[in-house]
Amino acid sequence: MKGSLIVVGFFALGCLLGWSGWLPDAVTENDITVYVLYLLMFQVGLSIGSDKKLKEILGSIRPKLLLVPFATIAGTLVFSALASLLLTRWSVFDCLAVGSGFAYYSLSSILITQLKEPSLGIRFATELGTIALMANIMREIMALLGAPLFVKYFGRLSPICVGGATTMDTTLPIITRYSGKDLVFISIFHGIIVDFTVPFLVSFFCSF
Amino acid sequence: MILFCFMETDMSMFIVIGIMFAGIAAGYLLREVELLQKIGKPISYTILLLLFLLGISVGANKEIVDNLATLGGQAFLLALAGTVGSMLAGWGVYHLFFKERSRR
Repeated sequence: MKGSLIVVGFFALGCLLGWSGWLPDAVTENDITVYVLYLLMFQVGLSIGSDKKLKEILGSIRPKLLLVPFATIAGTLVFSALASLLLTRWSVFDCLAVGSGFAYYSLSSILITQLKEPSLGIRFATELGTIALMANIMREIMALLGAPLFVKYFGRLSPICVGGATTMDTTLPIITRYSGKDLVFISIFHGIIVDFTVPFLVSFFCSF
Repeated sequence: MILFCFMETDMSMFIVIGIMFAGIAAGYLLREVELLQKIGKPISYTILLLLFLLGISVGANKEIVDNLATLGGQAFLLALAGTVGSMLAGWGVYHLFFKERSRR
């Protein structure tokens, strides 16, 4: 939760600075963002490639366990597509791209803003990126606050599915508390798999 | 023009994914380097910088600032859709494939 607050703080600080008009135009018409994004993607790759636990985890994949991240992805995408019926302003693929953040708000919002810029233009790409940021932060908050409710009415796996890409770190303590300690492994495994699909699915849906 | 736009989007997608794969390869080759196990910290700093930059472009755009409440509403709808969809799918998978195991 503290991490999310820092993230929101930095975003809000940027908003204030941009809004104040103190910054020279050179900064607001930034092209640096895309290079920082490349840096981020390289770092994300480094962390995946050098992860020693990843090999163990990939080795211990049983087909049945893959059903959990599959449920998360399928459920999210189907309902995001349904939501696009109500959001006439955005295409079904725009909504799918936002949904594919799976609560990984930082990466998804930045990817969407950058990848959508050529087709939507700066303004709408930034709007969609902002929606992605807010929607995925809200999803993490729903996962944190709703966990006891989800377990009660929808079984022990539902908080893991709602947690999306965060179930190996930020929402893990809540999940183990309400879903039970025996699901720690499934939760971490689920988080890693869903986390891994975010850059692929987001850029895939942004390409339409 | 439309085709051109599509290709351009497509290109940036390949660049982004390509850079990530280059990172995966580099990370795998250098996996014995102690320092790489602490990559999480610099990642979160880069993310903070990017969100700060995203904030600047949001704040500098008057139309977006005026629209923030509407965007928030749309974001809430999508957050709710993702939450409910994955919750129901998780419920289905639990009942179909996992329930016996928990009774044991």
